[in-house]
Amino acid sequence: MTSDTSKPGAAQPTTMLQRARGSDVWWSFTHSKSAMIAATVLAVLILTAVFAPLIAPQNPYDAAQLDMWKAELPPVWQEGGEWPYLLGTDTQGRDMLSAILYGTRISIVIGLASVALSLLIGMTAGLVAGFFGGMIENVLMRIGDITLSMPTILIAILVSTVVRQLLPSELREIGASAVLILAISLSAWVQYARTVRAQTIVERNKEYVQAARLLKVPARRILAYHILPNTLTPVLVAATLNFGMAILTEATLSFLGIGMPPGQPSLGTLIRIGNQFLFSGSWWIVLFPVIQLCLLVVVVNILGDWLRDVLNPKLR
Amino acid sequence: MLRKLTLAAIVAAGFSTPGLAETLKWGSSRDIYSLDPYSYGDSYTLSFLNHVYEGLVRYDANLEIEPALATSWETVSDTVWRFHLREGVKFHNGADFTADDVIASLTRVSDPVSPLRGNLPAYKGAKKVDDHTVDIELVGPYPLLLNDLTNIHVFDLTWLTDNKSLKPTDVGAKVEGYATYNANGTGAFKVESRVPDSKTVLVKNPGWWDASKSNIDRIEFTPITSAATRVAALLSGEINFTENAPSQDLPRLVAQPDLKVMERTDLRTIMVGFNRKPKLANGADNKFNDLRVRQAFAHALDSELVQKRIMRGKSRTAGAIIAPEIPGYVEALDSVLPFDPDLSKKLLAEAGASDLPFTLVCTNDAYVNEEELCQGLVNMLTRAGFKPQLDIAPAAAQTPKRAGGLADVYLIGWANEPMLDSYSILLQMIKTKTDKAGVFNWGGWTYPEIDKLIEQASTEMDRTKRLELQTKALQMAKDDLIMLPLHQQPMAWVMSNKIDGITQLADNKPRHWLTHFAQ
Amino acid sequence: MLVFTISRIANAIMVMLAVAMLAFVIFRLAGDPVELMVNEQMTQEDRDNIRERLGLNDGTATQFVRFVTNAARGDFGISYRNGQDVLTLIGERFPATLELVLVATLISLVVGLPLGVLTAIKRGRWYTESLQFLSIIGVSLPSFVVGILLILVFSVVLGIAPSFGRGEVIQIGWWSTGLLTPSGRAALILPAVALSLYQITLIMRLVRAEMLEVLRSDFVKFARARGIPRWRIYFRHALRNCLMPVVTMTAMNVGSLIAFALITETVFQWPGMGMLFIQAVTFLDIPVMAAYLCIISFIFVALNTLVDITYAVIDPRLRNAR
Repeated sequence: MTSDTSKPGAAQPTTMLQRARGSDVWWSFTHSKSAMIAATVLAVLILTAVFAPLIAPQNPYDAAQLDMWKAELPPVWQEGGEWPYLLGTDTQGRDMLSAILYGTRISIVIGLASVALSLLIGMTAGLVAGFFGGMIENVLMRIGDITLSMPTILIAILVSTVVRQLLPSELREIGASAVLILAISLSAWVQYARTVRAQTIVERNKEYVQAARLLKVPARRILAYHILPNTLTPVLVAATLNFGMAILTEATLSFLGIGMPPGQPSLGTLIRIGNQFLFSGSWWIVLFPVIQLCLLVVVVNILGDWLRDVLNPKLR
Repeated sequence: MLRKLTLAAIVAAGFSTPGLAETLKWGSSRDIYSLDPYSYGDSYTLSFLNHVYEGLVRYDANLEIEPALATSWETVSDTVWRFHLREGVKFHNGADFTADDVIASLTRVSDPVSPLRGNLPAYKGAKKVDDHTVDIELVGPYPLLLNDLTNIHVFDLTWLTDNKSLKPTDVGAKVEGYATYNANGTGAFKVESRVPDSKTVLVKNPGWWDASKSNIDRIEFTPITSAATRVAALLSGEINFTENAPSQDLPRLVAQPDLKVMERTDLRTIMVGFNRKPKLANGADNKFNDLRVRQAFAHALDSELVQKRIMRGKSRTAGAIIAPEIPGYVEALDSVLPFDPDLSKKLLAEAGASDLPFTLVCTNDAYVNEEELCQGLVNMLTRAGFKPQLDIAPAAAQTPKRAGGLADVYLIGWANEPMLDSYSILLQMIKTKTDKAGVFNWGGWTYPEIDKLIEQASTEMDRTKRLELQTKALQMAKDDLIMLPLHQQPMAWVMSNKIDGITQLADNKPRHWLTHFAQ
Repeated sequence: MLVFTISRIANAIMVMLAVAMLAFVIFRLAGDPVELMVNEQMTQEDRDNIRERLGLNDGTATQFVRFVTNAARGDFGISYRNGQDVLTLIGERFPATLELVLVATLISLVVGLPLGVLTAIKRGRWYTESLQFLSIIGVSLPSFVVGILLILVFSVVLGIAPSFGRGEVIQIGWWSTGLLTPSGRAALILPAVALSLYQITLIMRLVRAEMLEVLRSDFVKFARARGIPRWRIYFRHALRNCLMPVVTMTAMNVGSLIAFALITETVFQWPGMGMLFIQAVTFLDIPVMAAYLCIISFIFVALNTLVDITYAVIDPRLRNAR
């Protein structure tokens, strides 16, 4: 990364993220061209996704707004293209631009939510295991071992297939994103749990924690105010990189047909559908979602990579 | 590299067959399940294996029954049929074809563990009269025995005995069958090798009893599940025949100078079924029991839009639940209710069912352009005052729900195969659900008068009278909108230009013993 | 050492047992296969008979015990979909997947190692920075998109590589190989490249990080001071020192790649285990799904245990860890 040559000064030992590193991170950010470009692009993607209902000419999830007589229109700059379908329409008469904006929204929401959920599961498990040790630690870490004995993609496929199967018909569409969030976070929490547990064990044996315990400060308090903040830095880096992974996993599941349903397509669903039109001449149905998905994951990963370099000087 | 590849192919072909070897490289959308026709109740597997195995009778180019392994037949009594077998027929392993083989095959297919039992519902037993004559006894008078026999493939008794395969493969018993991997039939082609999901190779049977119209020496059958990949393979010449080309790619394929496209509509009719139990799956009162709601549903659908856009002008809009080729069809059955969303809204309001919420249960691996069709239906229904939700998943996931009566509204296709008679749909779908009938009566309806007509037809040996009874039953089913037919789905075969003779019938089954390459 | 080895293996067995249980519980929930095994004309009576014979009417506990005892003996039953012994079925597909994964691993080493070294020693040049940037794109591109693009460019537009399948294979005992025929090798290229892309970037980044670390170390500084030529330092000393973690990661990732290959296999119609699994998922072919899960986990756990034990042999300090 370009950032690693420009950042001055030796690394301080890991301490509170905000205070010690705040200015440092900012300095590094303003001196990394790629990080700034990536952040700008990501901001644009997120903003357009958040405000999709205001920007998009059509609500692609509202079946009543889709006119199939307008199906498979090419982009406006091509012959046969029509306003307001800037990027053309798919086979349902769905405006591609609207579908992509809404699809990006789904991808981002699922990515964020599954990272948040896996953070919650993983950090809780890690803190509890590291702090209390003994039987609890053993059980939690064995569960982690079992999870790690299966590749993430396999766990995600299994969980989403089975959970969806258990939902009653009328919840299939509504519950699809929740199922994906669950599937992805269940495949990704162990990494956090292990990191946090290792860090917790280190902190647990430090004098200030021992002192707090002697003073009968409740365990919850020690965990929340003293130990947790010290585990945040490595977890934050991992979470950023996993955000990109989560988006990719969601797209992959949807591409394989076990993710978001066609009625509320994510980028992966759009690519799966568009893939069937690869040779039919309707290239816009597949190309635009592909570009958007790649762009999204690339900028997220550039930022994650940059963050790791900044916060984890050993890797530079 | 391409040149190298073709060179390698020529060399490989040259080793296997001398002279002008024509290889049919057949890319299909799915693999066959097994080499054993009795291992699985699957029409596609059966139609592929028809290249290797044969029945006593078969369908000709007009889907009429013609002699195959039997040369003639007559009824001895109401319940006994006598078949005279073709002499001089040999199995691929050289064994002679005799009456014992027919009896062994009938016994095998009607074994309690055979998944194909249902294809021979009236069978009671068979007796050998002499080496080339067999009597088949039925449980009662039954008009459709010949239709059923078209798909009962004949095995060699000695081969079955030697390989301990007298009984069909039983998944429940966890025993693999020899016939799952090996084949020995009388058909136009022999199995050379098979790697499941990858490639099955058939070679010409030079000793076939029938005068072969085909000059194909070798069939390489490759399943390519993804439609886009299949098209890529056609364009690059990796395959030179498919019976399942995606409709959106047809314009491009037609424009290809070395390919040709053959299209027509299938026998399979796609239709909508309604749950007819007092309550829906979610506990609400079932408004679909009101005829006005079903009519509102019908008026909500723009059949022109479905035909022109979703099916790309390739389907045949249907008003009847059977295709015109199926006996029992009359034109009066085929009228379509007009598209009128305002009328739909009015009918819904009258029935007190405005904004009716329900779930449409669809599959995504069974019919042509199914996913688009179901989404399109949801769009049209939403505009006409319904509040539909779509539940779409592979058939494996949906079938328990549909068969368990948990689907509010569902899509189903019916081809009346292998019987090719409207008795099939009446018995299996329209009749009240019992142990022996109405398996696909997923909505759980009962129409005693229709049931009575179907029962009369089941023993009526006079074809004209029987078809009249069936037509009457179909008309009553139509009047009450038990099922709402949408269309007969299209089929599109794409092949190399070098193929100058091929038979494409409405049952969408390739018969490559009739396929010919130009020299 | 013996104690350590035994404890690692015991641990691995425990994990495998848990996976087997999980497999059963998951698939018990997954749905009803009977409706797919029969055709349009089968009666309800016959359907119920099949359900009975498959043991689907037994209590969950009974079915579970039956599953685990059978699985322990390597008996996963018969595929619902095509009536073949599941283990044989997976065994037939295993060579296809393994050849794909090994070739992909080879490609990733051949490409990733030199790129990693280059980006480390020429750090800061415009081309190494671009390579670093490209590596991020490499980890960001979904593998199905890579596959689709490769097919589009090399099969359809250029027409120089097959778009599906394995080509001609040659049977050597129970092993089928596509490496010995020209069409088999041609068919392998695109899927292997698609699968290796992610792995290339991983190796490149790992090598770079390790190299940078080694180059900073005292012995390299000392070697430089002694006037040993640069390339000799880089390739004889530095690279050798960072090979161990690279080899470890590559070995451990073989398990991951086998699982990830299911996407590549689906796109390229590669007749391997992954495609079998995806087909089993759509078909709810429970025996195949269960067996696949157990086998993949077994490969994973076995590789991990092997690496643990190897490390413990090399570095005795690790024996008391955990």
